[in-house]
Amino acid sequence: MTVTSNYLSGSEKAHADHHEEEHDPRELLMYDPKPRGEMNDMVMESMYHTTWRFWAVLGILIVVVATCFVYAWGYMISEGLGVAGVMRPAYWGVFLVNTVFWIGISHAGTFISAILRVFKAEFRRPFTRAAELMTTFGLIQAGASIFMHLGRVWLAYWLFPIPNERMLWPNFHSPLMWDLLAITTYVLGSTMYLFLPLIPDLAMARDRSTGWRKTLYKVTALGFRGTEGEWRHLTTAMNFFAFAIIPVMFSVHTIVSWDFAMAMRPGWSSSVFGPYFVLGALHSGMGAVAVVLFIMRATMKHMDYFIRKEHFDALGKLMLIVSMAYAYFFFNDYIVQWYGGDLATDNLLHWLEEGPMAWMFFQMVFFNIVLPWATLWSSKVRQTPWLLAIIGLLINIGMYWERYLIVPVMLTINRMPFTWKLYTPGIEIYLTIGTFATFAVFYMIASRLIPLIPVWEVQEGQMTHTLRKVGKTEVPTVSEFE
Amino acid sequence: MISVDLNAVGMKGAIAEAAEGKWGMVIDRDICTGCQACVAACAMENNLSFVGEEDAGYGRTQHWIRIERLWEGEYPEVKIDGSFQPMLCQQCGHAPCEPVCPVFATPHSEAEQLNLQVYNRCVGTRYCGNNCPYQVRSFNWRDYHTLPERGNDVNGKMVFSLHNQFNPDVTVRRRGVMEKCTFCIQRIHKAQDKAKSEGREVEDGEFTTACAQACPANAITFGRLDHHESLVSQLAKQERGVKHLEDLNTLPRVTYLKEG
Repeated sequence: MTVTSNYLSGSEKAHADHHEEEHDPRELLMYDPKPRGEMNDMVMESMYHTTWRFWAVLGILIVVVATCFVYAWGYMISEGLGVAGVMRPAYWGVFLVNTVFWIGISHAGTFISAILRVFKAEFRRPFTRAAELMTTFGLIQAGASIFMHLGRVWLAYWLFPIPNERMLWPNFHSPLMWDLLAITTYVLGSTMYLFLPLIPDLAMARDRSTGWRKTLYKVTALGFRGTEGEWRHLTTAMNFFAFAIIPVMFSVHTIVSWDFAMAMRPGWSSSVFGPYFVLGALHSGMGAVAVVLFIMRATMKHMDYFIRKEHFDALGKLMLIVSMAYAYFFFNDYIVQWYGGDLATDNLLHWLEEGPMAWMFFQMVFFNIVLPWATLWSSKVRQTPWLLAIIGLLINIGMYWERYLIVPVMLTINRMPFTWKLYTPGIEIYLTIGTFATFAVFYMIASRLIPLIPVWEVQEGQMTHTLRKVGKTEVPTVSEFE
Repeated sequence: MISVDLNAVGMKGAIAEAAEGKWGMVIDRDICTGCQACVAACAMENNLSFVGEEDAGYGRTQHWIRIERLWEGEYPEVKIDGSFQPMLCQQCGHAPCEPVCPVFATPHSEAEQLNLQVYNRCVGTRYCGNNCPYQVRSFNWRDYHTLPERGNDVNGKMVFSLHNQFNPDVTVRRRGVMEKCTFCIQRIHKAQDKAKSEGREVEDGEFTTACAQACPANAITFGRLDHHESLVSQLAKQERGVKHLEDLNTLPRVTYLKEG
């Protein structure tokens, strides 16, 4: 028997190596606390600190909004929808694609903040606000896109049940009517849900600012001082909304899918569209959160303290799971319909796979299913923020293609072969750019006005997480907050 | 055999009525020559817009009736599928376009048993157009009647000479509004008013739609389906009578006589 210079045998050595790979708990935000005052100052500074680059980008985006959103929409209203690409048989086009897309983006916000809050997932803490803002601003774009789509938008109030002298009511049998009510509920609910956790941060900002900002925060913080009773009421209200907004969120996208699924059209009348759309929305929303977090971390001060690799890692895992669930519903929809063998559906599916839009179909499958499955299993990929942001962006392109295929491309093939015709977007392209620019402008202005990090939530989390000394090592522990 | 009373299960707000309906049409594909006279007559009668070459080529034709030419195969080896098929609103008894309109702009007339389109209520969601399996609804993509290049500048005032041929009985639709074949409801009402003032019922063949009137081959017959001795119901009961997409339970009111 030879005595080796190494103390450890093979298996023990592997074990030790494994230990070396394990991360220091201080890499996690929850085990790396900072004094409260310092953290508050960091968030305030991230809000105040602007460079010329910020103003340059904002200026360009405002020009884009003025031309591609305001002017283009005005031109379309005065000329009629003829300037857009919609026609027979594709009566619906990119405007509805944008609506579904933006509602999808808005879904991840609520998902991350409400579901993860209900399940007490700790990694949610630093970026719930960023996600909730996406919900609110995304819904504004979705609403604008719906109104762009109307032939006579100046009469849009006829869709609302407003009492009038002719006793005319909207048609509650119409899926569009349900859609309108669901989206309105969702806008109101998610805005309140955004506002409630914002109150303590606004109060924090009020105590640390001067001038017009002080007035602004004074009004919006509603006199919050952080007493025991105020916190109790606030947590109760937030709990309430977190639970209530989850079914609303599911219902909204299900009802959006019903706009299609309730119609008597090949490719559309599918009973799996509800959950398929919900998962699709989460898929694109998660990707968008990754993109937004990456941009925040890259451009705003102190964000690398709050948003860390662990958050991208957790987000990457979520994206992978959502992608798998999405694939399940995707194949359920397409394969079951294909197997059914209905003539009109058969024509449609063959046209999708070998027609002029086949590139879009296969890109969609690649970006939504192949790409996440091939990359997100690796923790190295998940923990590289720019890589995750690119994957998130590509998933969003894939999801946009998915909606594009469902709306104008599926409309191309119907039961009357004489009318088959492929849709080409017209002014919709500018208006799409316009909605994206409007979203970005809203987000950039909000990042200067409200704390994008829910700093009280981070502090609350850090209070419950401690490193306890056991013998010679420190063990991370979590205590229940309530 | 199980029978379902569609009126009892009409939870979708659509009114499903007796399968035969009131007004109906029979189109004989055997004698249709595809001359498009019905298309022109309909445009004159119902103040349809001339959309111009570019929009028409892009699928924005404003035709309430169109002649479909169907063929098989790619260009040199084309096999013409028999004949021409005039396609117009089938005035479904159980219409898919009706329940989806969020503002009740496309209701069902219980008196005439027709699908109506209320132009001044329409906000242009175009859901009805999507949900119509026959694809017979046309949308006003622009204000075609007042396109500047169609007018003449007379002492600083735009004059549109084409406005002189408008039918005063029919509305001129503006941009952003859906429209479709009405079975010439203005003619139906005129005939009913005349009959009422004379204290009698409308007789079969007393009036007809513009398309049926213009058809040189008499391929289109219009009349009362609920009068069993009328020409249209006799023709509709023929053996070669078929209804389009009947399996969708739309209860169409137009019968096509296939090539004998």
